[in-house]
Amino acid sequence: MNKTRSLISEYFDKYTVSEINKYQELGGFSGLKKALKEGPDFVINELKASELRGRGGAAYPAHKKWQSAKDRDAEVKYVLVNADEGEPGTFKDRDLMDCDPYRIIEGLTIAGFTTGACEGYIYIREEYEDIRKKLIDAISIAKDNNLLGNNILGTDFSFNIKAYTGAGAYVCGENTALIESMHGNVGRPRVKKPRVGERGLFNKPTMVNNVETYACAAAILTHGSEHYNNSGIDGHKGTKMISLCGNIMRPGVYEVPFGITVKEIIEDIGGGTRDLSLGKFIQSGGASCPLIPHTYFDTPYGYEPFKKNGFDIGSGSIVVANGNVRVVDYLSSVTGFFEHESCGKCTPCREGTKRLHEIIDDLCHNEASMKQYDRIKKIAITMIDTSLCGLGQTAPTAILSAMKHFEEELMESVTK
Amino acid sequence: MVVSKDKVEEILHKYDNRADSLVPILMDAQDICDDHYVDEETQKFIAQKLNLTYVDVYEVSSFFSAINKTSKGRYHIQLCDSSVCRINKKDIIEDYLEKTLSITVGETTPDNMFTLEHTACFGACDISPAIRINKKVYGHLTIQKIKHLLEDLRGADHE
Repeated sequence: MNKTRSLISEYFDKYTVSEINKYQELGGFSGLKKALKEGPDFVINELKASELRGRGGAAYPAHKKWQSAKDRDAEVKYVLVNADEGEPGTFKDRDLMDCDPYRIIEGLTIAGFTTGACEGYIYIREEYEDIRKKLIDAISIAKDNNLLGNNILGTDFSFNIKAYTGAGAYVCGENTALIESMHGNVGRPRVKKPRVGERGLFNKPTMVNNVETYACAAAILTHGSEHYNNSGIDGHKGTKMISLCGNIMRPGVYEVPFGITVKEIIEDIGGGTRDLSLGKFIQSGGASCPLIPHTYFDTPYGYEPFKKNGFDIGSGSIVVANGNVRVVDYLSSVTGFFEHESCGKCTPCREGTKRLHEIIDDLCHNEASMKQYDRIKKIAITMIDTSLCGLGQTAPTAILSAMKHFEEELMESVTK
Repeated sequence: MVVSKDKVEEILHKYDNRADSLVPILMDAQDICDDHYVDEETQKFIAQKLNLTYVDVYEVSSFFSAINKTSKGRYHIQLCDSSVCRINKKDIIEDYLEKTLSITVGETTPDNMFTLEHTACFGACDISPAIRINKKVYGHLTIQKIKHLLEDLRGADHE
Protein backbone atom coordinates (compact mmCIF):
# COMPACT_ATOMS: atom_id res chain seq x y z
CA MET A 1 0.00 0.00 0.00
CA ASN A 2 1.29 3.41 -0.91
CA LYS A 3 1.86 5.32 2.30
CA THR A 4 2.47 8.72 0.76
CA ARG A 5 -0.24 11.24 -0.12
CA SER A 6 -0.67 13.78 -2.86
CA LEU A 7 -2.50 16.86 -1.73
CA ILE A 8 0.01 19.61 -1.05
CA SER A 9 2.21 18.10 -3.73
CA GLU A 10 -0.57 17.18 -6.17
CA TYR A 11 0.69 19.42 -8.99
CA PHE A 12 4.38 18.60 -8.57
CA ASP A 13 6.13 18.56 -11.96
CA LYS A 14 2.83 18.58 -13.86
CA TYR A 15 3.53 21.88 -15.59
CA THR A 16 6.38 24.22 -16.42
CA VAL A 17 6.51 27.89 -15.43
CA SER A 18 5.46 29.03 -18.91
CA GLU A 19 2.33 26.86 -18.67
CA ILE A 20 0.23 28.89 -16.27
CA ASN A 21 -2.88 27.71 -18.16
CA LYS A 22 -2.00 24.14 -17.39
CA TYR A 23 -1.72 25.00 -13.70
CA GLN A 24 -5.20 26.49 -13.90
CA GLU A 25 -6.57 23.49 -15.78
CA LEU A 26 -5.28 21.26 -13.01
CA GLY A 27 -7.30 23.32 -10.55
CA GLY A 28 -4.74 25.98 -9.70
CA PHE A 29 -5.92 29.43 -8.63
CA SER A 30 -9.36 28.02 -7.78
CA GLY A 31 -8.37 28.48 -4.12
CA LEU A 32 -7.70 32.15 -4.76
CA LYS A 33 -10.96 32.51 -6.67
CA LYS A 34 -12.84 30.93 -3.79
CA ALA A 35 -11.13 33.25 -1.31
CA LEU A 36 -11.95 36.33 -3.39
CA LYS A 37 -15.57 35.22 -3.61
CA GLU A 38 -16.14 34.11 -0.01
CA GLY A 39 -14.06 36.72 1.80
CA PRO A 40 -11.29 36.83 4.43
CA ASP A 41 -13.35 35.35 7.30
CA PHE A 42 -14.10 32.30 5.21
CA VAL A 43 -10.36 31.76 4.61
CA ILE A 44 -9.57 31.99 8.30
CA ASN A 45 -12.41 29.62 9.20
CA GLU A 46 -11.11 27.11 6.69
CA LEU A 47 -7.62 27.32 8.19
CA LYS A 48 -9.12 26.84 11.64
CA ALA A 49 -11.18 23.82 10.55
CA SER A 50 -8.08 22.25 9.01
CA GLU A 51 -6.03 22.82 12.18
CA LEU A 52 -3.15 24.01 10.03
CA ARG A 53 -0.05 24.91 12.00
CA GLY A 54 2.95 26.88 10.83
CA ARG A 55 5.26 24.55 8.92
CA GLY A 56 8.52 26.34 9.53
CA GLY A 57 9.08 24.63 12.87
CA ALA A 58 7.25 26.61 15.52
CA ALA A 59 3.88 24.99 14.71
CA TYR A 60 1.85 28.04 15.71
CA PRO A 61 -1.82 27.73 14.62
CA ALA A 62 -2.03 29.44 11.23
CA HIS A 63 -5.56 30.76 11.70
CA LYS A 64 -4.51 32.70 14.81
CA LYS A 65 -1.57 34.29 13.03
CA TRP A 66 -3.66 35.19 9.97
CA GLN A 67 -6.48 36.50 12.17
CA SER A 68 -4.23 38.81 14.15
CA ALA A 69 -2.59 40.04 10.93
CA LYS A 70 -6.04 40.74 9.51
CA ASP A 71 -7.18 42.53 12.68
CA ARG A 72 -4.17 44.81 12.81
CA ASP A 73 -5.24 48.29 11.94
CA ALA A 74 -2.67 49.63 9.49
CA GLU A 75 -2.74 51.12 6.05
CA VAL A 76 0.33 49.27 4.83
CA LYS A 77 0.92 45.63 5.72
CA TYR A 78 3.10 42.96 4.19
CA VAL A 79 3.00 39.20 3.89
CA LEU A 80 6.25 37.35 3.56
CA VAL A 81 7.36 33.85 2.64
CA ASN A 82 10.26 32.59 4.69
CA ALA A 83 12.07 30.45 2.13
CA ASP A 84 15.41 30.64 3.90
CA GLU A 85 15.28 26.90 4.49
CA GLY A 86 18.55 26.25 6.25
CA GLU A 87 18.14 23.43 8.75
CA PRO A 88 20.63 20.75 7.73
CA GLY A 89 18.71 17.86 6.21
CA THR A 90 15.79 19.99 5.07
CA PHE A 91 14.94 20.49 1.41
CA LYS A 92 11.15 20.21 1.13
CA ASP A 93 10.68 23.94 0.52
CA ARG A 94 13.10 23.59 -2.38
CA ASP A 95 10.77 21.09 -4.08
CA LEU A 96 7.62 22.99 -3.12
CA MET A 97 8.92 26.06 -4.96
CA ASP A 98 10.72 24.26 -7.75
CA CYS A 99 8.04 21.70 -8.64
CA ASP A 100 4.95 23.87 -8.08
CA PRO A 101 5.86 27.58 -7.99
CA TYR A 102 2.37 28.87 -8.77
CA ARG A 103 0.92 27.27 -5.67
CA ILE A 104 3.24 29.35 -3.48
CA ILE A 105 2.21 32.46 -5.40
CA GLU A 106 -1.43 31.47 -4.99
CA GLY A 107 -1.06 30.84 -1.25
CA LEU A 108 0.75 34.13 -0.72
CA THR A 109 -1.88 36.02 -2.70
CA ILE A 110 -4.64 34.42 -0.62
CA ALA A 111 -2.73 35.56 2.48
CA GLY A 112 -2.41 39.08 1.10
CA PHE A 113 -6.13 39.22 0.38
CA THR A 114 -7.07 37.78 3.78
CA THR A 115 -4.90 40.07 5.86
CA GLY A 116 -5.27 43.19 3.73
CA ALA A 117 -1.63 43.35 2.67
CA CYS A 118 -0.63 45.30 -0.42
CA GLU A 119 2.56 43.46 -1.18
CA GLY A 120 4.14 40.06 -0.69
CA TYR A 121 7.81 39.10 -0.48
CA ILE A 122 9.55 35.79 -0.91
CA TYR A 123 12.85 35.68 0.96
CA ILE A 124 14.71 32.80 -0.61
CA ARG A 125 18.08 31.43 0.37
CA GLU A 126 21.02 32.18 -1.88
CA GLU A 127 21.61 28.48 -2.47
CA TYR A 128 18.29 28.29 -4.37
CA GLU A 129 19.21 30.96 -6.92
CA ASP A 130 17.75 29.03 -9.85
CA ILE A 131 14.46 28.61 -8.04
CA ARG A 132 14.36 32.34 -7.26
CA LYS A 133 14.74 33.05 -10.95
CA LYS A 134 11.96 30.61 -11.69
CA LEU A 135 9.70 32.33 -9.17
CA ILE A 136 10.48 35.74 -10.66
CA ASP A 137 9.38 34.39 -14.07
CA ALA A 138 6.24 32.90 -12.52
CA ILE A 139 5.39 36.21 -10.83
CA SER A 140 5.73 38.07 -14.10
CA ILE A 141 3.57 35.54 -16.00
CA ALA A 142 0.92 35.64 -13.25
CA LYS A 143 0.87 39.41 -13.60
CA ASP A 144 0.34 39.12 -17.36
CA ASN A 145 -2.64 36.91 -16.62
CA ASN A 146 -4.23 39.31 -14.13
CA LEU A 147 -3.56 36.88 -11.27
CA LEU A 148 -1.25 39.44 -9.69
CA GLY A 149 -1.05 43.21 -10.05
CA ASN A 150 -3.93 45.63 -10.12
CA ASN A 151 -7.55 44.52 -9.73
CA ILE A 152 -6.84 40.82 -9.67
CA LEU A 153 -9.47 38.87 -11.66
CA GLY A 154 -11.61 41.98 -11.94
CA THR A 155 -11.92 42.53 -8.18
CA ASP A 156 -10.88 45.52 -6.07
CA PHE A 157 -7.94 43.55 -4.77
CA SER A 158 -4.46 44.54 -5.97
CA PHE A 159 -1.35 42.69 -4.93
CA ASN A 160 2.27 42.35 -6.02
CA ILE A 161 5.04 39.92 -5.13
CA LYS A 162 8.80 40.41 -5.07
CA ALA A 163 11.49 37.79 -4.62
CA TYR A 164 14.47 38.64 -2.42
CA THR A 165 17.72 36.76 -1.98
CA GLY A 166 19.41 35.67 1.22
CA ALA A 167 23.18 35.45 1.47
CA GLY A 168 24.04 32.26 3.26
CA ALA A 169 23.16 32.96 6.87
CA TYR A 170 21.14 30.31 8.72
CA VAL A 171 20.19 32.79 11.43
CA CYS A 172 18.22 34.79 8.83
CA GLY A 173 15.58 32.09 9.05
CA GLU A 174 14.70 33.86 12.29
CA ASN A 175 12.07 36.43 11.37
CA THR A 176 13.63 39.54 12.88
CA ALA A 177 17.06 38.69 11.42
CA LEU A 178 15.49 37.99 8.05
CA ILE A 179 13.86 41.41 8.03
CA GLU A 180 17.04 43.12 9.23
CA SER A 181 18.85 41.69 6.22
CA MET A 182 16.05 42.95 3.94
CA HIS A 183 16.74 46.42 5.34
CA GLY A 184 20.33 46.18 4.16
CA ASN A 185 21.61 45.49 7.66
CA VAL A 186 23.54 42.64 9.20
CA GLY A 187 21.18 39.69 9.64
CA ARG A 188 21.22 39.56 13.41
CA PRO A 189 18.04 38.93 15.39
CA ARG A 190 16.77 41.86 17.41
CA VAL A 191 14.95 41.94 20.71
CA LYS A 192 11.26 41.13 20.49
CA LYS A 193 9.00 42.99 21.12
CA PRO A 194 7.84 44.51 18.96
CA ARG A 195 7.20 41.31 17.03
CA VAL A 196 7.34 41.44 13.25
CA GLY A 197 3.54 41.11 13.17
CA GLU A 198 3.49 44.52 14.74
CA ARG A 199 6.60 46.08 13.26
CA GLY A 200 8.36 44.14 10.55
CA LEU A 201 9.43 44.86 7.00
CA PHE A 202 10.06 48.60 6.45
CA ASN A 203 8.66 49.00 9.98
CA LYS A 204 5.20 47.90 8.88
CA PRO A 205 3.14 45.00 10.24
CA THR A 206 4.37 41.84 8.50
CA MET A 207 3.02 38.32 8.56
CA VAL A 208 5.71 35.72 7.97
CA ASN A 209 4.99 32.08 7.18
CA ASN A 210 6.98 29.15 5.89
CA VAL A 211 6.72 28.12 2.22
CA GLU A 212 4.77 24.98 3.08
CA THR A 213 2.21 26.91 5.15
CA TYR A 214 1.28 28.94 2.08
CA ALA A 215 1.15 25.81 -0.09
CA CYS A 216 -1.13 24.17 2.50
CA ALA A 217 -3.37 27.23 2.65
CA ALA A 218 -3.75 27.15 -1.15
CA ALA A 219 -4.49 23.40 -1.06
CA ILE A 220 -7.04 23.81 1.74
CA LEU A 221 -8.83 26.60 -0.10
CA THR A 222 -8.80 24.64 -3.35
CA HIS A 223 -10.23 21.43 -1.94
CA GLY A 224 -11.95 22.59 1.24
CA SER A 225 -10.93 21.78 4.79
CA GLU A 226 -13.24 18.76 4.84
CA HIS A 227 -11.31 17.06 2.08
CA TYR A 228 -7.96 18.05 3.61
CA ASN A 229 -9.07 16.59 6.95
CA ASN A 230 -9.54 13.14 5.41
CA SER A 231 -5.86 12.52 6.01
CA GLY A 232 -4.18 12.45 9.37
CA ILE A 233 -5.39 11.61 12.86
CA ASP A 234 -7.49 13.41 15.45
CA GLY A 235 -5.86 16.68 16.37
CA HIS A 236 -3.44 16.30 13.48
CA LYS A 237 -5.38 16.82 10.32
CA GLY A 238 -3.95 16.59 6.87
CA THR A 239 -0.51 15.85 5.55
CA LYS A 240 3.06 17.00 6.01
CA MET A 241 5.93 17.40 3.60
CA ILE A 242 9.05 15.65 4.86
CA SER A 243 12.66 15.64 3.72
CA LEU A 244 13.91 12.10 4.19
CA CYS A 245 17.66 11.65 3.97
CA GLY A 246 20.82 10.31 5.54
CA ASN A 247 21.51 6.61 5.53
CA ILE A 248 18.40 5.63 3.61
CA MET A 249 17.75 3.74 0.39
CA ARG A 250 15.31 6.21 -1.16
CA PRO A 251 16.00 9.73 0.11
CA GLY A 252 13.70 12.50 -1.08
CA VAL A 253 10.78 14.79 -0.43
CA TYR A 254 7.57 12.96 0.46
CA GLU A 255 4.09 13.96 1.54
CA VAL A 256 2.90 11.83 4.44
CA PRO A 257 -0.31 11.76 6.47
CA PHE A 258 0.04 12.69 10.12
CA GLY A 259 -0.17 9.55 12.23
CA ILE A 260 2.17 7.42 10.13
CA THR A 261 4.88 5.91 12.33
CA VAL A 262 8.56 6.74 12.05
CA LYS A 263 9.17 3.08 11.23
CA GLU A 264 6.76 3.21 8.30
CA ILE A 265 8.48 6.33 7.01
CA ILE A 266 11.90 4.68 7.15
CA GLU A 267 10.96 1.25 5.87
CA ASP A 268 7.94 1.61 3.63
CA ILE A 269 8.67 5.03 2.16
CA GLY A 270 12.44 5.24 2.46
CA GLY A 271 13.11 1.58 1.66
CA GLY A 272 15.06 1.06 4.88
CA THR A 273 18.64 1.97 5.69
CA ARG A 274 21.50 1.15 3.37
CA ASP A 275 22.89 -1.61 5.55
CA LEU A 276 19.43 -3.15 5.91
CA SER A 277 19.43 -2.51 9.65
CA LEU A 278 16.55 -0.81 11.39
CA GLY A 279 18.59 2.34 11.88
CA LYS A 280 20.15 3.58 15.08
CA PHE A 281 18.54 6.97 15.47
CA ILE A 282 16.95 9.73 13.48
CA GLN A 283 17.10 13.46 13.90
CA SER A 284 13.69 14.88 13.11
CA GLY A 285 13.17 18.58 12.49
CA GLY A 286 16.69 19.76 11.80
CA ALA A 287 19.93 20.31 13.68
CA SER A 288 18.09 22.22 16.41
CA CYS A 289 15.91 19.24 17.31
CA PRO A 290 16.44 16.11 19.45
CA LEU A 291 17.73 12.74 18.31
CA ILE A 292 15.15 9.95 18.36
CA PRO A 293 16.58 6.50 19.21
CA HIS A 294 15.28 3.45 17.33
CA THR A 295 13.37 2.28 20.40
CA TYR A 296 10.91 5.11 19.69
CA PHE A 297 10.38 4.37 16.01
CA ASP A 298 6.78 3.27 16.68
CA THR A 299 5.87 6.85 17.60
CA PRO A 300 3.19 8.29 15.30
CA TYR A 301 4.40 11.28 13.28
CA GLY A 302 2.52 14.25 14.75
CA TYR A 303 3.08 17.31 16.91
CA GLU A 304 1.54 15.93 20.11
CA PRO A 305 2.82 12.34 20.04
CA PHE A 306 6.29 13.72 19.35
CA LYS A 307 6.06 16.38 22.03
CA LYS A 308 4.92 13.81 24.60
CA ASN A 309 8.25 12.00 24.09
CA GLY A 310 10.32 15.18 23.96
CA PHE A 311 10.70 15.11 20.16
CA ASP A 312 9.93 17.66 17.49
CA ILE A 313 8.46 17.75 13.98
CA GLY A 314 10.37 20.99 13.39
CA SER A 315 11.07 21.69 9.75
CA GLY A 316 9.93 18.24 8.67
CA SER A 317 13.34 16.78 8.00
CA ILE A 318 14.20 13.23 8.96
CA VAL A 319 17.88 12.37 8.94
CA VAL A 320 18.43 8.65 9.36
CA ALA A 321 21.63 7.31 10.92
CA ASN A 322 22.47 3.63 10.97
CA GLY A 323 24.62 1.62 13.34
CA ASN A 324 27.86 2.77 11.75
CA VAL A 325 27.34 6.36 12.84
CA ARG A 326 28.87 7.23 16.19
CA VAL A 327 26.63 9.56 18.17
CA VAL A 328 29.59 11.82 19.03
CA ASP A 329 30.55 12.19 15.37
CA TYR A 330 27.01 13.17 14.52
CA LEU A 331 26.97 15.68 17.38
CA SER A 332 30.22 17.13 16.13
CA SER A 333 28.60 18.07 12.83
CA VAL A 334 25.63 19.57 14.67
CA THR A 335 27.71 21.63 17.12
CA GLY A 336 30.12 22.68 14.37
CA PHE A 337 27.18 23.92 12.36
CA PHE A 338 25.86 26.06 15.21
CA GLU A 339 29.27 27.46 16.01
CA HIS A 340 29.55 28.56 12.39
CA GLU A 341 26.03 29.96 12.20
CA SER A 342 25.85 31.79 15.53
CA CYS A 343 25.57 35.47 14.65
CA GLY A 344 27.73 36.48 17.62
CA LYS A 345 25.37 39.07 19.02
CA CYS A 346 24.66 37.51 22.41
CA THR A 347 27.32 35.99 24.64
CA PRO A 348 25.65 32.72 25.70
CA CYS A 349 25.19 31.62 22.09
CA ARG A 350 28.48 32.98 20.71
CA GLU A 351 30.55 31.40 23.48
CA GLY A 352 28.29 28.44 24.21
CA THR A 353 28.24 27.06 20.67
CA LYS A 354 32.05 27.29 20.58
CA ARG A 355 32.59 25.54 23.92
CA LEU A 356 30.08 22.80 23.16
CA HIS A 357 31.78 22.10 19.86
CA GLU A 358 35.16 21.92 21.61
CA ILE A 359 33.93 19.45 24.21
CA ILE A 360 32.18 17.29 21.60
CA ASP A 361 35.32 17.23 19.48
CA ASP A 362 37.32 16.17 22.52
CA LEU A 363 34.80 13.38 23.00
CA CYS A 364 35.23 12.38 19.36
CA HIS A 365 38.95 11.90 20.02
CA ASN A 366 38.33 10.19 23.37
CA GLU A 367 40.06 13.06 25.11
CA ALA A 368 37.22 14.58 27.16
CA SER A 369 37.21 14.29 30.93
CA MET A 370 34.19 13.62 33.12
CA LYS A 371 34.43 17.22 34.26
CA GLN A 372 34.06 18.44 30.68
CA TYR A 373 31.16 16.05 30.13
CA ASP A 374 29.39 17.45 33.18
CA ARG A 375 30.03 20.98 31.98
CA ILE A 376 27.93 20.35 28.85
CA LYS A 377 24.72 20.53 30.88
CA LYS A 378 25.70 23.75 32.58
CA ILE A 379 26.56 25.44 29.29
CA ALA A 380 23.40 24.07 27.67
CA ILE A 381 21.11 25.36 30.41
CA THR A 382 22.72 28.80 30.28
CA MET A 383 22.23 28.91 26.51
CA ILE A 384 18.61 27.77 26.71
CA ASP A 385 17.73 30.28 29.41
CA THR A 386 19.63 33.33 28.27
CA SER A 387 20.18 33.28 24.49
CA LEU A 388 18.46 36.03 22.56
CA CYS A 389 16.91 33.95 19.80
CA GLY A 390 15.92 30.43 18.90
CA LEU A 391 19.34 29.57 17.50
CA GLY A 392 21.13 29.70 20.83
CA GLN A 393 18.14 28.36 22.71
CA THR A 394 17.93 25.22 20.58
CA ALA A 395 21.59 24.66 19.67
CA PRO A 396 22.17 22.30 22.65
CA THR A 397 18.95 20.28 22.07
CA ALA A 398 20.56 17.46 20.11
CA ILE A 399 23.35 17.01 22.67
CA LEU A 400 20.95 16.91 25.61
CA SER A 401 18.79 14.31 23.85
CA ALA A 402 21.90 12.25 23.12
CA MET A 403 22.93 12.44 26.79
CA LYS A 404 19.49 11.14 27.68
CA HIS A 405 19.21 8.32 25.17
CA PHE A 406 22.82 7.41 24.41
CA GLU A 407 24.57 8.07 27.69
CA GLU A 408 26.23 4.68 27.75
CA GLU A 409 27.78 5.18 24.32
CA LEU A 410 28.90 8.72 25.12
CA MET A 411 30.53 7.54 28.35
CA GLU A 412 32.75 5.22 26.33
CA SER A 413 34.38 8.34 24.89
CA VAL A 414 35.04 9.93 28.29
CA THR A 415 38.55 9.41 29.65
CA LYS A 416 38.59 7.59 32.95
CA MET B 1 38.43 47.50 -8.52
CA VAL B 2 38.21 43.99 -9.90
CA VAL B 3 34.96 44.76 -11.67
CA SER B 4 34.13 47.75 -13.82
CA LYS B 5 32.51 50.80 -12.23
CA ASP B 6 29.95 50.94 -15.00
CA LYS B 7 28.76 47.46 -14.27
CA VAL B 8 28.46 48.15 -10.54
CA GLU B 9 26.53 51.31 -11.33
CA GLU B 10 24.23 49.27 -13.52
CA ILE B 11 23.57 46.97 -10.55
CA LEU B 12 22.99 49.92 -8.24
CA HIS B 13 20.58 51.37 -10.77
CA LYS B 14 18.68 48.09 -10.95
CA TYR B 15 18.04 48.43 -7.20
CA ASP B 16 17.22 52.16 -7.42
CA ASN B 17 20.36 52.97 -5.37
CA ARG B 18 18.50 51.80 -2.29
CA ALA B 19 20.62 51.07 0.76
CA ASP B 20 18.12 48.48 1.97
CA SER B 21 19.05 46.41 -1.08
CA LEU B 22 22.67 46.21 0.03
CA VAL B 23 22.68 42.40 0.32
CA PRO B 24 21.44 41.68 -3.24
CA ILE B 25 23.67 44.49 -4.58
CA LEU B 26 26.74 42.84 -3.07
CA MET B 27 25.63 39.42 -4.32
CA ASP B 28 25.15 40.75 -7.86
CA ALA B 29 28.52 42.52 -7.75
CA GLN B 30 30.11 39.23 -6.79
CA ASP B 31 28.38 37.45 -9.65
CA ILE B 32 30.06 39.67 -12.24
CA CYS B 33 33.51 39.13 -10.72
CA ASP B 34 35.55 36.31 -12.29
CA ASP B 35 37.30 35.77 -8.98
CA HIS B 36 34.00 35.33 -7.12
CA TYR B 37 34.42 38.04 -4.50
CA VAL B 38 33.73 41.68 -3.68
CA ASP B 39 36.99 43.54 -3.15
CA GLU B 40 37.49 46.43 -0.76
CA GLU B 41 37.49 49.04 -3.48
CA THR B 42 34.17 47.86 -4.88
CA GLN B 43 32.68 47.89 -1.40
CA LYS B 44 33.93 51.45 -0.89
CA PHE B 45 32.46 52.46 -4.22
CA ILE B 46 29.09 50.92 -3.31
CA ALA B 47 29.20 52.64 0.08
CA GLN B 48 29.82 56.01 -1.50
CA LYS B 49 27.00 55.56 -4.00
CA LEU B 50 24.54 54.50 -1.30
CA ASN B 51 25.54 57.24 1.14
CA LEU B 52 26.88 54.69 3.58
CA THR B 53 30.26 54.41 5.25
CA TYR B 54 32.64 51.65 4.23
CA VAL B 55 32.16 50.17 7.70
CA ASP B 56 28.41 49.88 7.09
CA VAL B 57 29.07 47.86 3.96
CA TYR B 58 31.94 45.86 5.42
CA GLU B 59 29.82 44.87 8.41
CA VAL B 60 27.25 43.32 6.08
CA SER B 61 29.72 41.76 3.63
CA SER B 62 31.74 40.19 6.42
CA PHE B 63 28.64 38.77 8.10
CA PHE B 64 27.13 36.83 5.21
CA SER B 65 29.03 33.71 4.24
CA ALA B 66 27.80 33.82 0.63
CA ILE B 67 29.64 37.12 0.11
CA ASN B 68 33.33 36.37 -0.35
CA LYS B 69 35.92 38.78 0.93
CA THR B 70 38.90 37.19 -0.78
CA SER B 71 39.38 36.05 -4.34
CA LYS B 72 38.57 32.47 -5.27
CA GLY B 73 39.94 30.23 -7.99
CA ARG B 74 38.29 29.97 -11.35
CA TYR B 75 36.27 27.07 -10.00
CA HIS B 76 35.00 27.63 -6.47
CA ILE B 77 34.35 24.21 -4.99
CA GLN B 78 32.16 24.15 -1.89
CA LEU B 79 31.93 20.82 -0.15
CA CYS B 80 28.97 20.29 2.17
CA ASP B 81 30.18 19.65 5.70
CA SER B 82 26.83 19.14 7.42
CA SER B 83 25.38 16.10 9.14
CA VAL B 84 23.81 14.32 6.16
CA CYS B 85 26.88 14.54 3.93
CA ARG B 86 29.02 13.39 6.84
CA ILE B 87 26.80 10.35 7.30
CA ASN B 88 27.15 9.70 3.59
CA LYS B 89 30.92 9.75 3.84
CA LYS B 90 31.87 13.11 2.37
CA ASP B 91 35.29 12.50 3.99
CA ILE B 92 36.23 10.20 1.13
CA ILE B 93 35.40 12.93 -1.39
CA GLU B 94 37.24 15.52 0.67
CA ASP B 95 40.38 13.39 0.95
CA TYR B 96 40.35 12.74 -2.77
CA LEU B 97 39.91 16.42 -3.63
CA GLU B 98 42.69 17.47 -1.26
CA LYS B 99 45.04 14.84 -2.64
CA THR B 100 44.29 15.43 -6.30
CA LEU B 101 44.40 19.20 -6.08
CA SER B 102 47.35 19.13 -3.63
CA ILE B 103 45.67 21.67 -1.38
CA THR B 104 43.81 21.52 1.92
CA VAL B 105 40.32 22.82 2.55
CA GLY B 106 40.41 26.62 2.51
CA GLU B 107 43.17 26.88 -0.08
CA THR B 108 43.44 27.71 -3.77
CA THR B 109 45.60 25.82 -6.25
CA PRO B 110 48.73 27.75 -7.35
CA ASP B 111 47.41 27.97 -10.94
CA ASN B 112 44.30 29.67 -9.51
CA MET B 113 42.05 27.05 -11.05
CA PHE B 114 40.39 25.61 -7.95
CA THR B 115 39.47 26.82 -4.48
CA LEU B 116 38.26 24.16 -2.07
CA GLU B 117 36.07 25.16 0.87
CA HIS B 118 33.59 23.72 3.31
CA THR B 119 30.06 24.99 3.36
CA ALA B 120 26.97 24.39 5.48
CA CYS B 121 24.04 22.34 4.16
CA PHE B 122 22.71 23.74 0.90
CA GLY B 123 19.67 21.51 0.68
CA ALA B 124 20.88 18.76 -1.61
CA CYS B 125 20.69 16.03 1.03
CA ASP B 126 18.69 13.74 -1.25
CA ILE B 127 21.73 13.49 -3.53
CA SER B 128 24.32 13.55 -0.74
CA PRO B 129 27.33 13.68 -0.66
CA ALA B 130 27.13 16.88 -2.65
CA ILE B 131 29.29 19.83 -3.70
CA ARG B 132 28.70 23.14 -5.38
CA ILE B 133 31.07 24.35 -8.08
CA ASN B 134 30.48 28.00 -8.93
CA LYS B 135 27.02 27.56 -7.39
CA LYS B 136 26.06 24.57 -9.53
CA VAL B 137 25.16 21.52 -7.44
CA TYR B 138 26.67 18.09 -8.12
CA GLY B 139 25.43 15.13 -6.11
CA HIS B 140 25.65 11.35 -5.62
CA LEU B 141 29.40 11.89 -5.62
CA THR B 142 31.86 9.07 -5.99
CA ILE B 143 35.58 9.28 -6.55
CA GLN B 144 35.04 8.32 -10.21
CA LYS B 145 32.51 11.07 -10.65
CA ILE B 146 34.70 13.72 -9.02
CA LYS B 147 37.62 12.58 -11.16
CA HIS B 148 35.64 13.06 -14.38
CA LEU B 149 34.26 16.33 -13.13
CA LEU B 150 37.72 17.77 -12.48
CA GLU B 151 38.96 16.49 -15.84
CA ASP B 152 36.01 18.14 -17.59
CA LEU B 153 36.66 21.44 -15.84
CA ARG B 154 40.36 21.35 -16.64
CA GLY B 155 39.58 20.38 -20.23
CA ALA B 156 37.03 23.15 -20.61
CA ASP B 157 39.67 25.60 -19.58
CA HIS B 158 42.14 24.47 -22.24
CA GLU B 159 39.62 24.84 -25.04
